[in-house]
Amino acid sequence: MENEAGALSRVAGLFSARGYNIESLTVAPTEDPSLSRMTLVTRGTDEVIEQITKQLNKLIDVVKLMDMYEGPHIERELMLIKVRAANGGREEVKRLADIFRGRIVDVTDTLYTVELTGDGEKLDAFIAALPQADIIEVVRSGVTGIARGERALRV
Amino acid sequence: MELSGADIFVHCLQDEGVEMVFGYPGGAVLPIYDALYQQDKVQHILVRHEQAATHAADGYARSTGKPGVVLVTSGPGATNAVTGIATAYMDSIPLVVFTGQVPTALIGNDAFQEVDSVGITRPCVKHNFLVKRVEDLAETIKKAFYVATTGRPGPVVVDIPKDVSTQVTEYRYPKRISMRSYNPTVKGHPRQIRKAVELMLEARRPVLYTGGGVVLDKASRALVEFTRLLGFPITNTLMGLGSYPATDRQFLGMLGMHGTYEANMAMHNCDVLVAIGARFDDRVTGNVEKFCPTARIVHVDIDPASISKNVKVDVPIVGAVGQVLREMIKQLKATGRRPDEAALAEWWKQIEEWRAMDCLKYDRDSDQIKPQQVLETLYKVTRGKAYVTSDVGQHQMWAAQFYKFDKPNRWINSGGLGTMGFGFPAAMGVQLAHPDETVVCVTGEGSIQMCIQELSTCLQYGLPVKIVNLNNRYLGMVRQWQEFFYQGRYAMSYMESLPDFVRLAESYGHVGMQITDPADVEPAMKEAMKMKDRLVFMNFLTDPAENVYPMVPAGAGQNEMILV
Ligand SMILES: Cc1ncc(C[n+]2csc(CCOP(=O)(O)OP(=O)(O)O)c2C)c(N)n1
Repeated sequence: MENEAGALSRVAGLFSARGYNIESLTVAPTEDPSLSRMTLVTRGTDEVIEQITKQLNKLIDVVKLMDMYEGPHIERELMLIKVRAANGGREEVKRLADIFRGRIVDVTDTLYTVELTGDGEKLDAFIAALPQADIIEVVRSGVTGIARGERALRV
Repeated sequence: MELSGADIFVHCLQDEGVEMVFGYPGGAVLPIYDALYQQDKVQHILVRHEQAATHAADGYARSTGKPGVVLVTSGPGATNAVTGIATAYMDSIPLVVFTGQVPTALIGNDAFQEVDSVGITRPCVKHNFLVKRVEDLAETIKKAFYVATTGRPGPVVVDIPKDVSTQVTEYRYPKRISMRSYNPTVKGHPRQIRKAVELMLEARRPVLYTGGGVVLDKASRALVEFTRLLGFPITNTLMGLGSYPATDRQFLGMLGMHGTYEANMAMHNCDVLVAIGARFDDRVTGNVEKFCPTARIVHVDIDPASISKNVKVDVPIVGAVGQVLREMIKQLKATGRRPDEAALAEWWKQIEEWRAMDCLKYDRDSDQIKPQQVLETLYKVTRGKAYVTSDVGQHQMWAAQFYKFDKPNRWINSGGLGTMGFGFPAAMGVQLAHPDETVVCVTGEGSIQMCIQELSTCLQYGLPVKIVNLNNRYLGMVRQWQEFFYQGRYAMSYMESLPDFVRLAESYGHVGMQITDPADVEPAMKEAMKMKDRLVFMNFLTDPAENVYPMVPAGAGQNEMILV
């Protein structure tokens, strides 16, 4: 998209006005500062996805659009999760973080903050594996993605 | 040479060839008004309410095919303009609306007369801009006109903070502009066009269903050639009226909720439907589950998002309708083939049977004025040559049914948004664009009161609009629905305390006429039309109980019409 004030609200406005649902949305400037890249996750039948694609393409600020699901692609999301880790629980959280290839990025006497990247399912699985009562705070970045192989979203 | 933003604004309009701006002044646009004052190339029309400015610019645009231009102040000026912007958006009318804004340093501070114009208008514009630096002004204005007038047209808002119009910079108006993120597709895919042509040649019960896109793309000529070449029946949407001559045998009339029986039955029973510049609006399709059950559908539209939005189509063609029509004509001729004559003859026989139902018949012997009679007489007296604008309600439907438009750009109404208050200011815009033509506003006593203040504007600019007020003392369309679907509980649909419209018109310096007897309809109208340079307000007291027929009730299929 054009890296312009208002571009994001045009997209968000389109989704709310037409009753589409945004599951997650990430946006940041690209190597070309006049452009920003948005990754948006939504759900719908083929017809709905086709409409969403067409409506997004109609927005003047949208330069190029790619449906990641049309081909093989990599999805990543970053999660930071703060977990109570005292006494016996401490080892357990560390062990789980290792299994999921997470990193402990902050430590107190009673807490660990774990950083974890992966696709949505992996993050969900990690959350499910922790003792639920010990989870203090979860922050997820929303999904970004890139196509595998030659396929690329470039202007 | 360095110019102020306000002067740049005026230069841009001149360089863009804008002859007329509709507007209303205020604090945030004082510098721009000062610049307009000091030149005479661009005429400014002072309306009495910003809503009327947008509708007048809209009427100007619809009747000329050129973009309409509006200038209003910040805050309330901008919010008053929103109804007109949304009206233009729903009907894809090219408008460029300039709104003043508080100085950049105050934006976001809840300053006096501040409103987030870009935010408020975002869902009802094709695009909008906030100009933050005077250096960007000329290019932004160029972009605004480019976006508004190309592809599927639509309104564009340009928000100009007061300090941007006082700062100075070098003026240069770009001759051409390109935007990497905006490339309106125009040419239909030849292979898709071939598929469509093949389908049409195989058709046994075809129908052409065409809409406002034909008017917008000025493709009426091509449509006529195409239709005659095929010999197919054709129906128009409310927005498409005039793009195919209504007096032609092949024309079935309007389709949809208050369309003709023959048009809707032909739609329902066709085997090939060719939709051109139309968008399968719910007022056209009725219940989509029951829509054209036996048809294979071709859809030509410049906007890919219109295709397969409401109804799944078999042959989508994205392109400007004029170009696609010409290409279809070429390919049709090249095949040397003709549609099956015998099948077509059979189909026409069936259609003539439907037509013989005479679904628009009404009581011609009533001792009350029937609204249909007024419209028929209007058609006769103006010899079908008037520009007719309308408001929204029963009168709008009767005008669409009874005034036979043979040319495009003559029928001007708010189809998509259905904005009461549109008709009269739109007529001002039409009259200003066509000073020597007869311009009629068909309205009701409800709608006309929504922009009645424009009687003053008409006096100021000497606009001899002819107002045909079908005064049934009811918000008739509401009353009709209440009669049909709410067991006659007429909640708030009776218009009490109406003004004396004759004296009202007179007090604004115009001519008022009161017509109560069916026998007086024609003589009165003739007399009014003779007053070439006067606005005449014709107040027809019509039968309050009359309903618009036929009707496809909400939720029904096109073949399930209420006839009388
Ligand atoms: C601004 C606006 N408000 C409300 C409506 C809803 N509405 C549709 S038709 C109608 C009645 C119009 O009455 P009138 O102008 O007298 O025309 P009639 O139907 O009697 O011919 C109303 C209230 C509308 N279309 N636009």
